[in-house]
Amino acid sequence: MTTHSHDHPNPYHESERDEATNKAMTERVDKMEALLLEKGLVSKEGIEKLADIYENDLGPMNGAKVVARAWVDADFKQRLLADATAAIAELGFGGLQGEHMVAKENTADIHNVVVCTLCSCYPWPVLGLPPSWYKSFAYRSKIVIEPREVLAEFGTTLSDDVEVRVWDSSAEIRYLVIPEQPEGTENLSEGELAEIIERDSMIGVTKVNAP
Amino acid sequence: MNNIHDMGGMTQFGPIPQESNEPVFHAEWEKKVFALNIATLAFLGPVDRARHAVERMDTVEYLNSSYYQRWLRGIEIMGKDLGYLSDEEIATGKEINHKETPHPAPDAAMIEGLSRGGVPADREDGRAPAYKVGDKVLVRNLESKGHNRATNYVKGKVGEITHFNGSHVLPDSHAHDLGENSQPLYTVRFEAKTLWGENVDRKDCVYIDLWEDYLETV
Repeated sequence: MTTHSHDHPNPYHESERDEATNKAMTERVDKMEALLLEKGLVSKEGIEKLADIYENDLGPMNGAKVVARAWVDADFKQRLLADATAAIAELGFGGLQGEHMVAKENTADIHNVVVCTLCSCYPWPVLGLPPSWYKSFAYRSKIVIEPREVLAEFGTTLSDDVEVRVWDSSAEIRYLVIPEQPEGTENLSEGELAEIIERDSMIGVTKVNAP
Repeated sequence: MNNIHDMGGMTQFGPIPQESNEPVFHAEWEKKVFALNIATLAFLGPVDRARHAVERMDTVEYLNSSYYQRWLRGIEIMGKDLGYLSDEEIATGKEINHKETPHPAPDAAMIEGLSRGGVPADREDGRAPAYKVGDKVLVRNLESKGHNRATNYVKGKVGEITHFNGSHVLPDSHAHDLGENSQPLYTVRFEAKTLWGENVDRKDCVYIDLWEDYLETV
């Protein structure tokens, strides 16, 4: 059975988009921007500020600090699991698309993974904007029904004994996965730990590897 | 409303497109669409309306559009619905008819405030939850012509409430200017066997957040 064919263009492979499409979209978006400016529906400084915040200020380095703190500070981890929004705010993070945070801890027996099947809901203050794969039809559709196959695509294989919990972000609750701390990293500092915690592990599709 | 956005449970969209060292935006136009979409929510929002606009896209167009192409269509759809934009204006990029805005466009400080402060969806409305943690509930199979966040794959299925999240604004009404209708929001757990078939024996489950109006007692 053929499950996929590469002989047709796939619109969500953003990096493979052809130049003609980019040129046409650039022209279309420039017109929309000019129109919205003329109509007073946006300001130049407002849209520049938005682009700057979400391209430069917010990203998975924030979530990595939250997870690293949870690994080294058991009290913080308890607060994170009890009220993630408040605990994350202790580190200075919060805001749009992170108003109602919930943290879920991966263990030897339970593996949590996050999706938004209906659109692309994602915890912006701690992870930034979502990667293309998180927004792809393939991920959104399949993770709820065949999570183990999806995780295997990310190189994550789980034993049948492990319970896989998929969190579908259908409301304004936003989920952050606390991955397992890898063995052999007990002597690393909080800052060193944050360096090894990658985005995908906080969505729940990968584990964290020791350096 | 039934459309392709409600895609949870399909299996044939192919491999997941992974990209190493992926940039936040793949082109300048994507960055602009992101910023224009969020900034115009001050007039075109709430976010529930924005989500519904994308859901209303033609199915084939939806599937053939990239993520930020869909966001751009969302701005066009909302702008036209609310009388701010016309097809001719969108095609030319020039204003023909002006609709007064209720307030100035958000400046950099207001955008900073929005990003930092967010838009909380919980409400202190005092409504007591009808269900408690541990209760088994059935997701009602209700036809909806508008915005709705109960996914098809849980409709008619029985799950167990694992968490009460307080009262939250109901997207079904908020997206259509019908008020917030805030009400208890629960996290509900469904076993893979319940969702996908009685012959399923793998140890998987899905947790999803559902409003009280979506649920009924088993």
